[in-house]
Amino acid sequence: MKNKLIQISQFTEKISRRKLLGGAATAAVAIVQTANGQTIQKAIPQAALADDDPTKKMGIPPGEIGTRSSFEKLIKDPSATSSRSPLQDIYGTITPSDLHFERNHGGVPAIDPNKHELLIHGLVEKPLIFKVADLKRFPSVSRIAFLECSGNFRSGKEALRPQDICGLTSQSEWTGVKLSTIFREAGVKPNATWFLAEGGDATVMTRSIPVKKGWDDAILAYAQNGEALRPEQGYPVRLFLPGWEGNTSVKWLRRLELSDQPFMTREETSKYTEGVNGKVRQFSFDMDARSIITYPSYPQHVEKGWIEIRGIAWSGRGKVVKVEVSTDAGKSWHSANLQDPILDKAHTVFRHLWQWKGEETEILSRVTDETGYVQPTLKQLVEARGETVGYHFNPITAWQIKRDGSVLFKPETFR
Amino acid sequence: MQKPIGITSKLLFQLPILISVLGVFYEKNSGTGSDTPPLSASFFQQSLPPVSGFNSFSDTTLLPSSFGFGRPATQAEIDKLDIDVRPDGKGLPTGSGISSRGKLIFDAKCVACHGAGGIGGPNGSLVTTTADAKEKRPEKTIGNYWPYATTVFDYIRRAMPFNAPGSLTNEEVYHLTAYLLNANKLIDEKTVIDAKSLPKVVMPAQKLFIPDDRKGGPEVK
Repeated sequence: MKNKLIQISQFTEKISRRKLLGGAATAAVAIVQTANGQTIQKAIPQAALADDDPTKKMGIPPGEIGTRSSFEKLIKDPSATSSRSPLQDIYGTITPSDLHFERNHGGVPAIDPNKHELLIHGLVEKPLIFKVADLKRFPSVSRIAFLECSGNFRSGKEALRPQDICGLTSQSEWTGVKLSTIFREAGVKPNATWFLAEGGDATVMTRSIPVKKGWDDAILAYAQNGEALRPEQGYPVRLFLPGWEGNTSVKWLRRLELSDQPFMTREETSKYTEGVNGKVRQFSFDMDARSIITYPSYPQHVEKGWIEIRGIAWSGRGKVVKVEVSTDAGKSWHSANLQDPILDKAHTVFRHLWQWKGEETEILSRVTDETGYVQPTLKQLVEARGETVGYHFNPITAWQIKRDGSVLFKPETFR
Repeated sequence: MQKPIGITSKLLFQLPILISVLGVFYEKNSGTGSDTPPLSASFFQQSLPPVSGFNSFSDTTLLPSSFGFGRPATQAEIDKLDIDVRPDGKGLPTGSGISSRGKLIFDAKCVACHGAGGIGGPNGSLVTTTADAKEKRPEKTIGNYWPYATTVFDYIRRAMPFNAPGSLTNEEVYHLTAYLLNANKLIDEKTVIDAKSLPKVVMPAQKLFIPDDRKGGPEVK
């Protein structure tokens, strides 16, 4: 381009551009500046313009809410009980609120925030009832953290996307009141060791939570990514327990009961427990560290040359300290770049630049967290637990790169 | 116009850092930080040492012992919502049930999802069969996996039947609980299930349950 465009005639809304231009062969007139600074009027022939040139018609006026481009097909993957985030289509660390994974046990309830109340009682000095508006008056806190379902591992075939393998993890900025603030307000008694969190959904979903977590970092969240919670995420208020298995962050929260023992509800006995060497492990709250390469992954295709391998890594026990990437099926490992800020109990983006020469290979990632935990292989997990399936499976995920540039998940089986 | 805008945005950029520094200071001194047990009211009424240049934050440096938000809950309001049942039986209502009565309710309201006799329904078996013992991975049922009998009552009452949750009377829930425990051969057909007898039912799976022993660090568990 020799000539630099400096000005296009401005039109009022009353005079359309087309009317002004008439039916002449000239499609547009612009004032252009030549390389030597001379200003001239330049005509652009109609034939040089595409019919869908967005610069040649007025766009859509400003709206009340933003929209996603119709070219972007970002969708969750729903089943009867859950819906998975499209990890392979998400950039950075914040999951758009409408794409946050979902898991519910009795559907999404329709709750009027003006009628909804939260009761705190049991081993407290003052049993109290809060309206949602009351909760919003307390000192507030915001925190960016991931939320992951403990049943977040699928395998078994090559045609699996990150969404299918582990799409039950998402990240948001959660805003609410610290549960410790509410504990003080109600006067939690020293002999209270557990509390029941109960939702206002059709299953009146319940989990028992150690009181210590309530004092540590639990949040009663009423907002997510700057707006009120989405109904699927517990509108109008949910418990949020950073780093803990998702179902403990009880949604549509209606009641907290302080107790000196766990309640042994259905979800913490017959459901969110896992077989380990002939025993059943219970109250497995912390989410172990995990990572996955989201690009390149199935169903993407790659071309020879430079590829920026990208993914996310996280740990329910603290910060990610290292992510290693292998491009030779695990024979050698390279330290990946981590994107700041690296937050506690949060998805962290990693990147590794790789020159692919067209050979068939496998690419893998593994994370190390600040406790020194290194993401295990599926084989290590199976050997440690004596089980091939169950909750809290966080194995290293391998992608096969085929000669034609196709990328396939590498399913592994043991026993 | 460029310069003033630049200075303003620089200041705006620094403000959160200053606030977060103050936040740490505030946390340390006011006791609002993590892992803090309840402290005495007088402690919270102390204001923080002044921070130079940030007098505008003084309105947030006083944390009261009580904010006074919300309202006291009456016993009637608590009773209306307090439906949970603990393993020791706390929370079980009056009433009782027997297996034969429970079977009638089960056949009318539960078989569609859980199968005849509580076996093989689309939403999962509730009853262990002798065939299960031969399976490599037997289906998890009340008989072989649930550690506490009280949970059966609690869950039926709060969430069942699926298409009409919370519609059963306490008496009906006792009958269904008795039926499911009897079908799993955990009680005989004459046992009356009530607030006293239910917590005493021994569940075979209870001895299998162990608390989580994962602690981070290099060990894979």
